[in-house]
Amino acid sequence: MSENTHIQESSAAELQHPGYGLYILVWAGLVGLTTITVALAGFNLAGLTVVTALAIAIVKSLLVTNYFMHVRTDSPIFKVFIFVCIAIFLTMIVLTFFDLTYRFPLK
Amino acid sequence: MNNEATIGHAHVHRDDVGSKMGMWLFLFTELLLFGGMFILYASYRFMYPENFKVAAMHLDTLIGSVNTILLLTSSLTVALSIVALQRKQKMFSVFLLMFTVAAGGAFLVNKFFEWSTKIGHGIYPKGPEMANLSDGEVVFYGLYYVMTGLHALHVIVGLIFIGFMIVFILKGKQTFDNHQKLENAGLYWHLVDIIWIFLFPLFYLIH
Amino acid sequence: MDYVSYLDYKGKHKGLLGWILSTDHKRIAILYLVSLVSFFLIAMTIGVLMRLEMLTPGKTIVDPQTYNALFTLHGVIMIFLFIIPGIPVVFGNFFLPIMLGAKDVAFPRLNLLSWYLYIGGAFLVVISLFVGGGPIDTGWTFYVPYSLRTQSNVTLAVFAAFVIGFSSILTGLNFIVTIHRMRCPGMTWFKMPLFVWGLYSTSWIQLLATPVLGITLILIMLERTFGIGIFDPALGGDPLLYQHLFWIYSHPAVYIMVLPAMGLVSEIIPTFSKKDIFGYGPIAMSSLAIAFIGYLVWGHHMFSTGISDTSRAIFSFLTFIVAIPSGVKIFNWVATMYKGSIETRAPFMFVVAFIVIFSIGGLTGLVLGSLNTDIHLTDTYFVVAHFHYVMFGGMGLLFFGGLHYWFPKMFGKMYNERAAKWGLLLFVIGFNTLYFPMFIMGYLGMPRRYYDYLPEYQIYHVISTVGSWILVTGILILVINLIKGLLSKEKYLDPNPWGGTTLEWKVPTPPELENFQEIPTVEHGPYYRDNLIKPENSH
Repeated sequence: MSENTHIQESSAAELQHPGYGLYILVWAGLVGLTTITVALAGFNLAGLTVVTALAIAIVKSLLVTNYFMHVRTDSPIFKVFIFVCIAIFLTMIVLTFFDLTYRFPLK
Repeated sequence: MNNEATIGHAHVHRDDVGSKMGMWLFLFTELLLFGGMFILYASYRFMYPENFKVAAMHLDTLIGSVNTILLLTSSLTVALSIVALQRKQKMFSVFLLMFTVAAGGAFLVNKFFEWSTKIGHGIYPKGPEMANLSDGEVVFYGLYYVMTGLHALHVIVGLIFIGFMIVFILKGKQTFDNHQKLENAGLYWHLVDIIWIFLFPLFYLIH
Repeated sequence: MDYVSYLDYKGKHKGLLGWILSTDHKRIAILYLVSLVSFFLIAMTIGVLMRLEMLTPGKTIVDPQTYNALFTLHGVIMIFLFIIPGIPVVFGNFFLPIMLGAKDVAFPRLNLLSWYLYIGGAFLVVISLFVGGGPIDTGWTFYVPYSLRTQSNVTLAVFAAFVIGFSSILTGLNFIVTIHRMRCPGMTWFKMPLFVWGLYSTSWIQLLATPVLGITLILIMLERTFGIGIFDPALGGDPLLYQHLFWIYSHPAVYIMVLPAMGLVSEIIPTFSKKDIFGYGPIAMSSLAIAFIGYLVWGHHMFSTGISDTSRAIFSFLTFIVAIPSGVKIFNWVATMYKGSIETRAPFMFVVAFIVIFSIGGLTGLVLGSLNTDIHLTDTYFVVAHFHYVMFGGMGLLFFGGLHYWFPKMFGKMYNERAAKWGLLLFVIGFNTLYFPMFIMGYLGMPRRYYDYLPEYQIYHVISTVGSWILVTGILILVINLIKGLLSKEKYLDPNPWGGTTLEWKVPTPPELENFQEIPTVEHGPYYRDNLIKPENSH
């Protein structure tokens, strides 16, 4: 039997992590976006409040996944997985709202 | 009989990508656990838009923002600690992780004070103030306590993970060329961060 | 290294500890097998008691509250402890690594942990019967607001379901990583056995749907303990949202049950038809398609609850779509048999019975999927009959089928084939006598979960109860026959008794500790037959 240690495509060897600089830059971006979203909450954007808040949150989470969680440089299979997961979650919400929007029509 | 010897450590098998994949799949289950709550949040916000606005006014945006910055920074230091370990700067890596633990701890302390203030005002399930609130506000606070509570629980678990990583690095079990466990702990911590990125605007920034 | 079967090797621990502390996927599979069959027999006994109670109108053997507890327990045990884990944890655990040419699953210790969670959850179910308000009486669906109001011990029972769900998640996670990372050289995605495709699709449902149930159950616990008011209509909650979340998991869960069973059919049919499978690609893809569409149809459990007409129409439409990939599978199976030289051995007969029974279940599902007929039939015995045809006739029947197919490989022993066939015959007769009258009385208006009924329904109830006795006789014959085979002194070491082509038939019987002395290399598809060692005892 093969008793030897076999390392399959060790991720450490495969991908070079970016240096400190890039991470700090991403962090600065995240803090900046937080400031923007808090500042925007002070204005009355009417129907756009939720949309802008969620849009900013999505951009922030994309930054975290792509850089901090290094999905950007990982094997594409992880992108596929994440896509499937998000797609199924969104489907759940959309199908639930097919019920709600008619039971509780917008005034 | 040489099979005696091989039991237990049957075959030494290291598959970093497999380990990472397992972690990601686990993160998906966490995501959908919160996903169920987000579906409820979306539905009730849709049913009680005005009540939600009123209730959200009473949450402290400042504490929320400070906590957001704390978590974002702690995420940064986890990411940096991996780079440090790869560059064989072991102690710097440990220092960064300790910073993460401190920031996560500060987050929990803030959370504690935020909750106790609310509870002090009688706003908690079955609390004295709840009878004066509208249905939508009751549901809002129900969701607020469950979602932030569940999130805080994940922060605690994440901190324990990272605490173990500090020990592992010091004991030399996580090294510059073998640190998938640290990566996985990092992934978990970033997920906790991402969930907060959504919780924050949904609870604190409705106006 | 010498050959030592996984049943015989001596590890660090001896006796029982050598089993419950072993991380070997085959030993874990056997642990699951023993647990599952035990729970199945318990829940089956409860089912027989329920049928006995329904023999006459009014009280026959138990009082109404006990009857409520009985049908709840029957459902909870059958669904959470038998059908959902079912085929993946037993046959998946045992054969997935062997079929992929791997030594174990990706995370062996996690695998053992899921068994402990499963048993822990089962233990909690048992405790919940005796403490607090006593046995849960909500039905296995735990619908609010009743589950928030009843005095029975919902909190603990729901927590048990949560723990079992976690076990299910870990198994799914383990299998996905195993399938992605541990295929042997040459085993490309489209050279995997179709059983593996079934497991793969199922695992994704376990992984992505179970957490939604988890949070829903947590909310019930919190709601009962603290009164947070998320589902309670008295506090502004919407009980229909509970049903949405519950079925977001529990409908896909139906496919968790049936997809591995369908994978099993795709193994057994080519083996006994002595042919390559017809339409490998479509069968594999239809598994994924069923898994995906399975997420989109949960609303059909709620047609009569007052959800919007738009969503009813959409959910009804999507429900009909599921029939397409299921049909694709049935056609391909039948086409595989066409012009094959079929050996009507016991495992094959299970599959034939499955196709017939499952088709009845599937087609009556379409009746329930259309909006207008569902209004008439919802919450009647028609529904009860339908889901027993699908689940018991689908997964339950094939659980026994799989056991008869892989029994010699798992244990190195053989059962009496005549007895198995007789047992199956009684099973099928009893099954149809038990459940078919339910279609009729459901159509005539007999509501489900009722303790009492009008005298005009009695004839159907009597036939049905007699059917339950025939069915149980059949099941007992099957189980006793297998146990007798297991206990017999005679070994059965033929590595390939049926002439199967997948990898598990190329290792010694029973398999050794790490399955393969040397990791194999695969060159052909799973059902390629030129390299077949012809079985000597074929008749």
